[in-house]
Amino acid sequence: MALLSKKDSNLILDPLADNNPITIQVLGICSALAITAELKASVVMAISVLFVLGVGNVVISLLRNVIPAKIRIIVQLVVVAALVIIVDQVLKAFAYELSKTLSVFVGLIITNCIIMGRFEAFALGNGPWKSFLDGIGNALGYGVILIIVGFFRELLGSGTLFGIKVLGDPVAKTGLYALGYENNGFMIIPPAALIVVGIIIWVQRSRNRALIEEA
Amino acid sequence: MEHLELFFKSIFIDNMVFSVFLGMCSYLAVSKKVSTAVGLGAAVIFVLGVTVPLNWLLDQYLLKDGALAWLGPEYAEYDLGFLSFILFIATIATMVQLVEIVVEKFSPALYNSLGIFLPLIAVNCAILGGSLFMQTREIPNIGLAFNYGISSGIGWFLAILAIAAIREKIRYSNVPAPLRGLGITFIITGLMGIGFQSFGGMLTGDNEPPEGTETTTVKAENKEEKEIKKEIEDKEKAVSYNEVINK
Repeated sequence: MALLSKKDSNLILDPLADNNPITIQVLGICSALAITAELKASVVMAISVLFVLGVGNVVISLLRNVIPAKIRIIVQLVVVAALVIIVDQVLKAFAYELSKTLSVFVGLIITNCIIMGRFEAFALGNGPWKSFLDGIGNALGYGVILIIVGFFRELLGSGTLFGIKVLGDPVAKTGLYALGYENNGFMIIPPAALIVVGIIIWVQRSRNRALIEEA
Repeated sequence: MEHLELFFKSIFIDNMVFSVFLGMCSYLAVSKKVSTAVGLGAAVIFVLGVTVPLNWLLDQYLLKDGALAWLGPEYAEYDLGFLSFILFIATIATMVQLVEIVVEKFSPALYNSLGIFLPLIAVNCAILGGSLFMQTREIPNIGLAFNYGISSGIGWFLAILAIAAIREKIRYSNVPAPLRGLGITFIITGLMGIGFQSFGGMLTGDNEPPEGTETTTVKAENKEEKEIKKEIEDKEKAVSYNEVINK
């Protein structure tokens, strides 16, 4: 990262691990978990949030001296809603099938707490370049968790990755299925996502004991 | 009967928290004590009960394909559907503000118990999610929209009440240190979600999975999509024929 100063690169790297928006800051879980049954949907969701948060942070940061404090929430909501409409229309135009899978969850990026949280906590007090990096970093941190959860749920639940049968064909009994392996249907149902995230939190906090909460 | 069915379906089968994960942020943040959980839950029921019917009206008379027909036949072809996000969130934000002002004026006691939660609610995904699901599920009339708002609010209330009670109890248990707090709450919520899945057969009488799960909706929507693709293809064919004829 020769392009960025140490401080700037920390803005991107911190949210990837020790200050992860999902597992540490507990933000943005709402629209994240329901769509992680497939890896493809997770990746698209991560990219959408990356776009909205990166651009939104810059816009809010540029407007930060103009927005009256009292109505800032409504201004922020309008900025996010406009960006999300762009994402939604692009998805409908170029990936119609996927936009059906994501259904209302694209719209719910608007109320994704990560976005409002970063606007409030960072973009309102910092310049556009820093806000951009912060937005990218947090969106990546969010995306990483989404992709990990999506990876395990799709692999264990349907035996596929991006829809490609990596473990063999369950009907024709090839690959692993020839050895008597079965897909774990439990991973497909929505509550499994919560348990997978719970386990990620467990692993992360066991590795870095400074993150453990007081009882 | 229709009302009763929707009522139980939105509380148990399509539960906001356990089947579609809406409002998780405040669900996790405000569930440390039962008393605050009750306050937030009540505020959610209230705001959902107000905003879902309002957004239903907006959807019917402004946003839907052809909804502007009441203005005159020349407006019948407009489809303002792409504006729904921005209008829904604007309605929600203004309603929350309005409710806050009204409650403060007329019932200071209620304001003291609900007041601090109201601003939180504007950005609660359960509220916007309620309106968006109302739109995608095409709820037919305003009575049912009101019912849907209230009952999904009750479902959310039930969920946060239950998890708050469990978290109060679990404080005395010896949870592995890295799981303490957030981790164990996630896992408990997951287990509760699995429990709630068993309500799936309640209204249909057999073991069909609940409608809210991804697999079924995807399948149903794939069908629709195939039809749409066919239509598009047909249109394209028609266009190319025309071109050939013109040549």
